[in-house]
Amino acid sequence: MTAMIDISNAEKTFTMHLQGGVELPVVRGVSFHVEPGECVVLSGPSGAGKSSILKMIFGNYRCDGGRIGIRHQGAVIDLATAEPRQVLSVRRSTIGYVSQFLRAVPRVATIDVVAEPLIANGTARAEAREKAGALLRRLNIPERLWALPPSTFSGGEQQRVNIARGFISDLPILLLDEPTASLDAANRAVVVELIEEKKRQGVAMVAIVHDDEIRHLIADRVVDVTSFAAAA
Amino acid sequence: MAEPQDVTLDDEPLLVAEHLGKNYGRLTACRDVSFALFPGEVLAIVGESGSGKSTLLQLLSAQLAPSAGRVSYRMRDGVLRDLAALGEAERRFLFRTDWGYVHQDPAQGLRMAVSAGANVGERLMAVGWNHYGRIRDTASSWLERVEIDTARIDDAPRTYSGGMRQRLQIARNLVTEPRLVFMDEPTGGLDVSVQARLLDLMRNLVSELGLAAIVVTHDLAVARLLSHRVMVMKGGRVVETGLTDQVLDDPREPYTQLLVSSILPA
Repeated sequence: MTAMIDISNAEKTFTMHLQGGVELPVVRGVSFHVEPGECVVLSGPSGAGKSSILKMIFGNYRCDGGRIGIRHQGAVIDLATAEPRQVLSVRRSTIGYVSQFLRAVPRVATIDVVAEPLIANGTARAEAREKAGALLRRLNIPERLWALPPSTFSGGEQQRVNIARGFISDLPILLLDEPTASLDAANRAVVVELIEEKKRQGVAMVAIVHDDEIRHLIADRVVDVTSFAAAA
Repeated sequence: MAEPQDVTLDDEPLLVAEHLGKNYGRLTACRDVSFALFPGEVLAIVGESGSGKSTLLQLLSAQLAPSAGRVSYRMRDGVLRDLAALGEAERRFLFRTDWGYVHQDPAQGLRMAVSAGANVGERLMAVGWNHYGRIRDTASSWLERVEIDTARIDDAPRTYSGGMRQRLQIARNLVTEPRLVFMDEPTGGLDVSVQARLLDLMRNLVSELGLAAIVVTHDLAVARLLSHRVMVMKGGRVVETGLTDQVLDDPREPYTQLLVSSILPA
């Protein structure tokens, strides 16, 4: 297998015990793969399960069946059955995730929020901060804001901080949940550029993007999630 | 960020609990708890009052003898030993050096009438440090690490605010570079603004020092911020366990769903 991500027959159902145990099937039969240097865009209407699939690949949502094969440190690991410690190891050295919203610890300066994934992986603080600064500059976050915690920033600024944090590491897999949703045209173009650079480095990506123009620019392949609809 | 920093994979567990149970007469406080904690791993035990989480913490830290099962700990020589079978000297070594215990009420973990410097220095003297200057320097550098003004080193903690006392208790515990720290509702008695600062501080210290920790809390936000793994308890039993963000974002058990959905949005 050369694929970085190889998913077969993955499925997810929520059981809502507080609503009398009602079962909410989300997706089933999810099967697709992503090669190095490739960006696969998930398409489908709201509620089709796109974000759920990304969360399953990140190990944030549990998978009720099937297999989520991830190439990790030279071997393939099935995230559907992995131990918590293995999932954390995969997140440290293989999979990065850019969520829709920034969830930051109060008090931590923006530059440190962005540098943290590198520092956690053993990069020297000064070098990590330098790289963080370069990314923030590219994403048009003015230097006078770097020492402030991002909690007071606008939605678009917070998203750019989140993108910088997601793109700073050299991880072989990157999951992007609407990375351009609240950005203006100039910043959207920067994100498209960053994605292009990751592709050239051989990073495998799965993205959710609603903007047709962006999807056209970044997608090597589109996977239609409606075919995985779990009909109740 | 909201996620705790990662652990490194290490194949040998630091602490192992096997079928732990505790009864008080006919009352079962804790039943059939088994898990392994690895070096550098932070485990949160969550649940409401009376769920057995504090009893469990006392069993794990050898302050209470179990009615069933056992707890083993890997001593510094690499051998996994049953806590119940340890000699007095070994137990003392654990409590004074290799373990920390952070109480919810700092007054239980500190000596309130002696100076902050002595509170920190005392743990060092207990492990054989005897050079006054070095003890004072180390105490002072730990006060700085927990963001206490070193000008207050000679003041007793009873003159400190609640947040400062809790930070001092943490410094006192960490000064001997323990490998495992038990924390019982560490942010429980503090104002919300003070909690955030303390959590950020604990999170950084735990990751810088590569500490393993077992944190009892009823606050799911604390569990999310500090822990890698979470154990949800109800009626003395573990009802659900797993990666912290998985359990909190995708809870499976009825009780966990109730806990998660009961958080009031800020």
